[in-house]
Amino acid sequence: MKRSVFSYPYIVWMVIFILSPMLLIVYYAFSSGGALTFANIRDALSSETYMPVLLRSVIVALEATAICIALGYPIAYLLSKMKKSTASLVSVLFIVPMWMNFLLRTYAWQVILDSSGILNSWLKAFGLEPLHLLYTEGAVMLGTVYNFLPFMILPIYTVLIKLDKSHIEAAQDLGANGATTFFKVVLPLSMPGVISGITMVFIPAITTFAISRLLGGGKYMLYGDLIENQFITLGVNGWNAGSALSFILLVLVVISMVIMRRAEREAGEEGSKLW
Amino acid sequence: MSKHLIELVNIRKSYDGEDALRNINLYIRDGEFLTLLGPSGCGKTTMLRIIAGFVMPTEGQVYMEEKDLVSIPPYKRRVNTVFQKYALFPHLNVFDNIAFGLKIQKLPKTEIETRVNEMLELVNLKGYGKRWIEQLSGGQQQRVAIARALVNRPQVLLLDEPLGALDLKLRKGMQLELKRMQQRLGITFIYVTHDQEEALTMSDTIVVMNEGVIQQIGTPTDIYNEPKNIFVAKFIGESNIVPGEMLEDYKVRFYGNVYECVDKGFPKNQPVDVVVRPEDIDIVAPEAAKLTGVVRSVLFMGVHYEFRVECADFTWTVHSTDYVPVGQNVGLIILPDAIHIMNKSVTPDAMELSVEDEDIDPEEETEPEEEI
Repeated sequence: MKRSVFSYPYIVWMVIFILSPMLLIVYYAFSSGGALTFANIRDALSSETYMPVLLRSVIVALEATAICIALGYPIAYLLSKMKKSTASLVSVLFIVPMWMNFLLRTYAWQVILDSSGILNSWLKAFGLEPLHLLYTEGAVMLGTVYNFLPFMILPIYTVLIKLDKSHIEAAQDLGANGATTFFKVVLPLSMPGVISGITMVFIPAITTFAISRLLGGGKYMLYGDLIENQFITLGVNGWNAGSALSFILLVLVVISMVIMRRAEREAGEEGSKLW
Repeated sequence: MSKHLIELVNIRKSYDGEDALRNINLYIRDGEFLTLLGPSGCGKTTMLRIIAGFVMPTEGQVYMEEKDLVSIPPYKRRVNTVFQKYALFPHLNVFDNIAFGLKIQKLPKTEIETRVNEMLELVNLKGYGKRWIEQLSGGQQQRVAIARALVNRPQVLLLDEPLGALDLKLRKGMQLELKRMQQRLGITFIYVTHDQEEALTMSDTIVVMNEGVIQQIGTPTDIYNEPKNIFVAKFIGESNIVPGEMLEDYKVRFYGNVYECVDKGFPKNQPVDVVVRPEDIDIVAPEAAKLTGVVRSVLFMGVHYEFRVECADFTWTVHSTDYVPVGQNVGLIILPDAIHIMNKSVTPDAMELSVEDEDIDPEEETEPEEEI
């Protein structure tokens, strides 16, 4: 029996659950009432309602990714410096929330940030003015960063702990102090981790929905919400437009994947066999 | 030449209460090629790392040009290391690897370029500057590692088993090249190896170590011809070690026969260990010798044959270029200068106990005259 036989169930699975939905999306995106057309895509790209939302989604995703790097790298670095046992305990703290459903986690923030929520009741207890936190742009950003931060920390951490200590010693041996060693050796050698973290944060962040609805109160609609709307509120009438929006997002994701891959390859060449 | 560049004084290093190094006293002269030789786990690499600054001694001082080094971080020491697995930076090309130290010193670009190119030429890698590390062979990586260290013009170059990963032929070539470089640049080399042949070929001074203690310090000839104890005798080359007594000056008895030797100064009838190198024993006709035996095995070793000759009390290992068949009765001749007398060790396998028993007199080890 050929070994490839074992892959058949996966192929069947992939055809049913990945390939056919994709094909359906492409079909609906390029058809209207059964007739092939580019009208859906053209409408979506020229829409004065949709394009600003797409732009906002890109900006939010870029900002969230940047914040995740700024927070995630130092956290990953500190983790890599800890004793193995402490580090695994702390990383569990990052991972455990991910065992919960992403909607639940986001609802939890709603409870925390609400004007009569946990945070504000503490502020009141200290005699401080309650803050208007929920349904702001900041809340949407907070939710996005919170949900995707572990995907930045873990790949960076993995690269950092695998970093060959002798490279650090070699840098010190050649006269580099702590800061120089970090910027000239540790940081460049950990770039593959950063790039894979960017991929893992940026792509889900650009396609995310629900966070903006739950924490932004619908005021800061993102592209993902837009797509959801087409399907849910408009029902069958929205399928063509919704698929067109999905298709545009898909193209965007593929483009950013290609860019990431290229960057990864370059960093990989430099970072050699870290992977 | 006889200036002490580095001094290690009473160094002790322990990990979790276990001593990795004990009683280390060593002087390293400016411009010499000193080898730390010993089996794995003997503490030689720890000693090197103490000099480099990556390991803090638990006790004791390290001086470089009479300045205390212990509190100085590695990056401020005028010492560079060639690491065991080279530790070349994979994100930099050959040129930038070598230029790493010079760029940190913020030297002008033109000077960096000249010095790196000089180094590339010295290690026979001219034109390799733009290559990536992973595109190089093991031997080439080795050379880059040496160039990266030497370009900083260190006072001392530390080499941690640098040839360990290379094949035999390449290793032999690099041994000669390293020695040539050291002589040409006049830099002090401290070289760590477990390969006794390598140590004998390259060094001015060999420090033999075992279980964290220095066993003997001396020139390669001293170490080979006058091993101080069984460990050194066994570790450096092959040897026959038999128990004997010093009857008087220049007379030693072992296995019932009295031999003339060149050693003196032992008390009368003092039990000693007698070391005879296999190549120093001559095979003759049985009538011509007082020691006779039967050839039990012959191994062809390339340059010579290795014989096991079973005599009444001991089976001798003998190296000779002349072939003798197995089973033949032979006589063995041991000339006076082939015999080396050592103080008797406390137990036959003294080395296992040497750390606890202190059968190596620390006084002797600390004597700076030892290696001058």
